[in-house]
Amino acid sequence: MATPTVPPASPAKVNRLGLEMASYKGNRSTLCAGCGHNAISERIIEACYEMGVEPHRVAKLSGIGCSSKSPAYFLGSAYGLNAVHGRMPSVATGAVLANRQLLALGVSGDGDTASIGIGQFVHLMRRNLPVLYIIEDNGVYGLTKGQFSATADLGSKLKTGVVNDLPAIDTCALAIQLGASYVARSFSGDKKQLLALLKGALAHHGTSMLDVISPCVTFNDHEGSTKSYSYVKDHDEPLADVSFVPFFEEISVDYDPGSTTDITMHDGSHLLLKKLATDYDPTNKTEALRLLTESHDKGEIITGLFYVDTKRESFLDLLNLVDEPLATLPESRVRPPKQVLDELMEELR
Amino acid sequence: MATTHAEVKEAEASAGQSRVTNDLSIQVATVNGSGSQTANTVLLRAIFQMGIPVSAKNLFPSNIAGLPTWFTIRASRQGYIARRKDSEFLVAMNPETAEEDLLALKPGAACVYDERLNLKRLRNDVVFYPVPFDQLVAPVCPDARLRKLVRNMIYDGVLARLLGIDMQEIHTALRKQFKKKAKAVDLNFHAAQAGYEYAEKTFQKADPYYLERMDATRGKIIIDGNSAAALGAMFAGVTVVMWYPITPSSTLCEALIGYMKRYRIDPETGKATFAIVQAEDELAAIGMVLGAGWAGARAMTSTSGPGISLMAEFVGFGYYAEIPAVIYNIQRVGPSTGLPTRTSQGDILSTAFLSHGDTKHLMLFPCSVEECFSMSIEAFDLAEEFQTPVFVMCDLDLGMNNWMADPFPYPAKPLGRGKVLSLEDIKRLGGFARYKDVDGDGIGYRTLPGTPHPAAGYFTRGSGHNEKAIYSERPNDYVHNLDRLARKFETARRKVPMPVIQEGKAHEIGIISYGTSHWAVLESLDQLRQEHDIEAGYCRLRAYPFHPQVCDFIRRHQRVYVVEQNRDAQMRSLLKLDLPADGVKKLRSVLHYDGLPLDARSVSGQILSQEAEN
Repeated sequence: MATPTVPPASPAKVNRLGLEMASYKGNRSTLCAGCGHNAISERIIEACYEMGVEPHRVAKLSGIGCSSKSPAYFLGSAYGLNAVHGRMPSVATGAVLANRQLLALGVSGDGDTASIGIGQFVHLMRRNLPVLYIIEDNGVYGLTKGQFSATADLGSKLKTGVVNDLPAIDTCALAIQLGASYVARSFSGDKKQLLALLKGALAHHGTSMLDVISPCVTFNDHEGSTKSYSYVKDHDEPLADVSFVPFFEEISVDYDPGSTTDITMHDGSHLLLKKLATDYDPTNKTEALRLLTESHDKGEIITGLFYVDTKRESFLDLLNLVDEPLATLPESRVRPPKQVLDELMEELR
Repeated sequence: MATTHAEVKEAEASAGQSRVTNDLSIQVATVNGSGSQTANTVLLRAIFQMGIPVSAKNLFPSNIAGLPTWFTIRASRQGYIARRKDSEFLVAMNPETAEEDLLALKPGAACVYDERLNLKRLRNDVVFYPVPFDQLVAPVCPDARLRKLVRNMIYDGVLARLLGIDMQEIHTALRKQFKKKAKAVDLNFHAAQAGYEYAEKTFQKADPYYLERMDATRGKIIIDGNSAAALGAMFAGVTVVMWYPITPSSTLCEALIGYMKRYRIDPETGKATFAIVQAEDELAAIGMVLGAGWAGARAMTSTSGPGISLMAEFVGFGYYAEIPAVIYNIQRVGPSTGLPTRTSQGDILSTAFLSHGDTKHLMLFPCSVEECFSMSIEAFDLAEEFQTPVFVMCDLDLGMNNWMADPFPYPAKPLGRGKVLSLEDIKRLGGFARYKDVDGDGIGYRTLPGTPHPAAGYFTRGSGHNEKAIYSERPNDYVHNLDRLARKFETARRKVPMPVIQEGKAHEIGIISYGTSHWAVLESLDQLRQEHDIEAGYCRLRAYPFHPQVCDFIRRHQRVYVVEQNRDAQMRSLLKLDLPADGVKKLRSVLHYDGLPLDARSVSGQILSQEAEN
């Protein structure tokens, strides 16, 4: 609940809710200095601030690991739940079904997602429940001091010299194939792209899956690692230049219809993808999967928005839930009257 | 049918046996997947409709079609509903088990069987009624594909004639079974009639067993425990139901889906006031339940032993992070896959302390379908009042068999939602400490996610935390928190359902049981009194932690038999933890763990042999 902040500049800058950036901060991070996860927390703070997200509506959810500690370091006044290893998706599912007005923001790691949690991960993606799922992906188990995870690339090396001899799981390809409706990859060091992708995800109604490569400065930031700062910087191939225009702002002047893909989100905001190298259609599932496979074969790390489907029904629609949170429906709406019990008893006679 | 009685009397006189009325067990041996369920249910209902107390046990294999299955119906004028070991009537339809089933009968019993099985040669002390099922079914069921399903109704007709079941009641029971499907009613009734007429024409009644109308079931209902529990959950206001299929618990959630679709769709919007999800596994089911409970919903799951084992880690999280949840454990035989379709009370210890570290959980032990209903409602109240997972410990016998019962009473109390601070409370207080023991009962106050106040939010975690829910590894914070959790458990001791105690004459022998063991114990108490002049006291446990009255009961008896359906005397072990040394010495065990429901003779026998050694 504590929100240690620097004194605001005067006059204080506020967002559309009248809240200062300080309202979106959390506790001081206890992760290593320079950890990519801290940069992601900062982008989450900025994205929520700029989007005018109400902190009390946010449910910050995580599993176990370095990544899963990070929800304590942003949105200090939001609700948080740090669950058991690899099981954040189920907790998120329960929380959102209990209260559909919550904005579930799940933070996981590559171990938490791609190894112990892969079962729950794939089923969350299938259901397309409104959850923002972030993987802080460093290819290594940091909290247990540097073992490979299942997203470590084939042939990459640990600090100790151990070479990974198994192929990596591509969480984005998996998410697209299974039905997640907003799938992107970014790099913790790419402030602009990550912020735009986060804002787009916050505006999306369905499962958003963001795999953010986040170098581990202690155990995986060395030569031989394919998830080090220098390696990712050298091999990062942004798919498009991403910018995001919230529904409460006008689309800015640099909009160029010829070179930009405009995706309208549920809340009326716009995600603008300005073409870089390729002519890419992020609404085409097959193309998205092909792109991921090809770039993987070429040894490139493609970043950007791979796939988006703003039409697919979310799990909440599928379950036909009432509009109000189930958690707080009054007794009169959840306990049928006496005549119902009488009727049932009569049938059983 | 008017002449039946006279003929029967005549037959009885010629047999020279004394008449046994409304006290028999009928065992029907079939192959699973052969459609015997309708015939058996109809038989059960017809006897019930005649006002005779009746109970049924379905012993089925873990298989879809082709393996042996037995259905036992017991009619008891005294109202006993526990399983009986012996049967007076065998209906042998399964060629594979017919000989073994026949050889297990006691002398004087009767056997209705498929003529082709040629059983007559095997015994001369059993009354045989051979029936040419295939010949009888062909004329009443021209559609050859349906014959297999309709064939079994013939034995209902044969039994009706032999035992004195009114065919009109068979017809009524069929109408109940098939509701508006008049064709199905007619087809099945014609088969039953064919059986009746064949028996009337062919058999001389040569056994002494009869069913006669009584008035002991008026107003009563018949329901299985899983459906009763599902009804309880609906009337408890459950909103989030997460499950993964597993025998014998699946029918609980399946029944609940049916009830909720009927009665919990908002009439104005047509939308559901509930979310029911079939999860990917039990790990996810309990995770979803805890996520929902944390967010303030009344959430539940239903499972059995293997699922309970999988849920262990998350249940410890629920205990330590203090999140309400209701978990039904419909116990089956373990360890491992065990006997998935047989009954047991074998998860008592593993559930009581489920998960690593110092954990202990509230458990309720329903013995009847009424308690499946009422304890469901209590379980949801207790889970929210104590902010912890609560287990409803049923078993396969209770959950999957049909039981007669009085109609369930409408819940008298409003939903108890526990200590939840509202927005107004937070505004007034300016903040709160999630795990602070404000009231001295060990139970903290919580807010629900989404409460629109900057001081309402808090961080829930399974790692060490202090009163303010902040991460802490400080020894004092840890001890303080763990001691408060123990205090909360002590508070629960007097809030969970009280034991039911029945005093004996002298305080020499006491019996303790729980769950479905109760029915065999009730009958055993009568056997001990009537046959051995032993007037034992009886304490039926209904919850863990044990109410102080349980220890008092043990204190005032010299020897106390704990009757349960597991090998390791699990409840006895649990009781020992609460007792002083002299109390522990008094405890003895009556154990039954062959996967079949407990019977009274086994209880009486084990008590008498231990008393003889005394």
